[in-house]
Amino acid sequence: MSTKNWPLWEIFVRSKNGLEHRHFGSLHAADAEMALENARDVYTRRNEGVSIWVVESKHITASNPENNGELFEPAQDKVYRHPTFYDLPDEVKHM
Amino acid sequence: MSEEQIKNLEKQFEERIARDEKIEPKDWMPEKYRQTHIRQMSQHAHSEIIGMLPEGNWITRAPSLRRKVALLAKVQDEAGHGLYLYSATETLGISREELYEQLHTGKAKYSSIFNYPTLTWADMGAIGWLVDGAAIINQVPLCNTSYGPYSRAMIRVCKEESFHQRQGYEIMMKLANGTPEQKEMAQDALNRWWWPSLMMLGPTDDKSVHTAQSMKWKLKRKTNDELRQQFIDQTVPQADLIGLTIPDPDLKWNEERQSYDFGEINWDEFWQVVKGHGPMNKERMRARINAWECGEWVRDAAMAHAEKKQQRKQKQAV
Repeated sequence: MSTKNWPLWEIFVRSKNGLEHRHFGSLHAADAEMALENARDVYTRRNEGVSIWVVESKHITASNPENNGELFEPAQDKVYRHPTFYDLPDEVKHM
Repeated sequence: MSEEQIKNLEKQFEERIARDEKIEPKDWMPEKYRQTHIRQMSQHAHSEIIGMLPEGNWITRAPSLRRKVALLAKVQDEAGHGLYLYSATETLGISREELYEQLHTGKAKYSSIFNYPTLTWADMGAIGWLVDGAAIINQVPLCNTSYGPYSRAMIRVCKEESFHQRQGYEIMMKLANGTPEQKEMAQDALNRWWWPSLMMLGPTDDKSVHTAQSMKWKLKRKTNDELRQQFIDQTVPQADLIGLTIPDPDLKWNEERQSYDFGEINWDEFWQVVKGHGPMNKERMRARINAWECGEWVRDAAMAHAEKKQQRKQKQAV
């Protein structure tokens, strides 16, 4: 049995210029370079990408769904942040 | 957590799934949901990995470059599908090493179909057409399954898999339209792969132990018998079209049901193969374990090299 296993990497791919990198999945690799090479083979066999980011999974800090209430609920009652909250005369067609 | 709190969480959880909400890795989930998903997703991943072996057998003997690049690409896809599924399974808190360990010790299963040998080139056609055909029928409903990472992996898998079936059918079509010997080879492959392909869709509904729970969690959207009927109804006309005969004397169109009636499946054979007594069970495991063990020094060397590079970088930074 190996003493050290390859760490896990998260893979982000930009499918074409003009679009953001999007999370595609993860894979194991010994280092960042190998993660890039493996990501190319695993996630872009059919021209799915023009650019790849790899981040070792342990460096990602994620919010906890248990805190979703305090994190996201405050935005729910702030209707005044949306354009439809404001009254305009019908004559104003576009604003 | 008290029993009542857990009950309450479970109720909320079931309601979320009933509303078609997706479950993501960090969400609370019942332990049974986690374990069932680990079992099914890893079994699926293992099937992709073991599934490379019967076809890998023919890459060097493909009859033309066109056939060779297609088969190579298909086997590469299977490696990729195995990797998507392994990493999706790891989001449930099991490590890749544990997953491999379960495969190599026989604790985890893989699809029994890969325990049959690939004797002729026509088997590449039959596998693509029938085995991938049955797999697609199994997999398409999983694109909508409740566990987010599994559903996302399956969407990618399904998108890539339709070429697999078409390349298989094309091989069968060419052989069926070829010399009498070639046609016989295609028919022989169909004869050998037909029944195991029907078995791939799982035990009959009255014998399937996981169906009810899996339907609730949307790990399954149709029962095994429904999927099998769908597979038969779509495949029989395809065989007719290229002049091959389905090896089932009881196969008959049922006007009333608008479906094919079919003969008895040999479930003894199915359970024998599941239990490890199929023609290739031992060989598949031997090849897989051998690949893992013989690759150990490569994995270790890559890790040592990565660490060395890292240290060199740190030294330069000082």
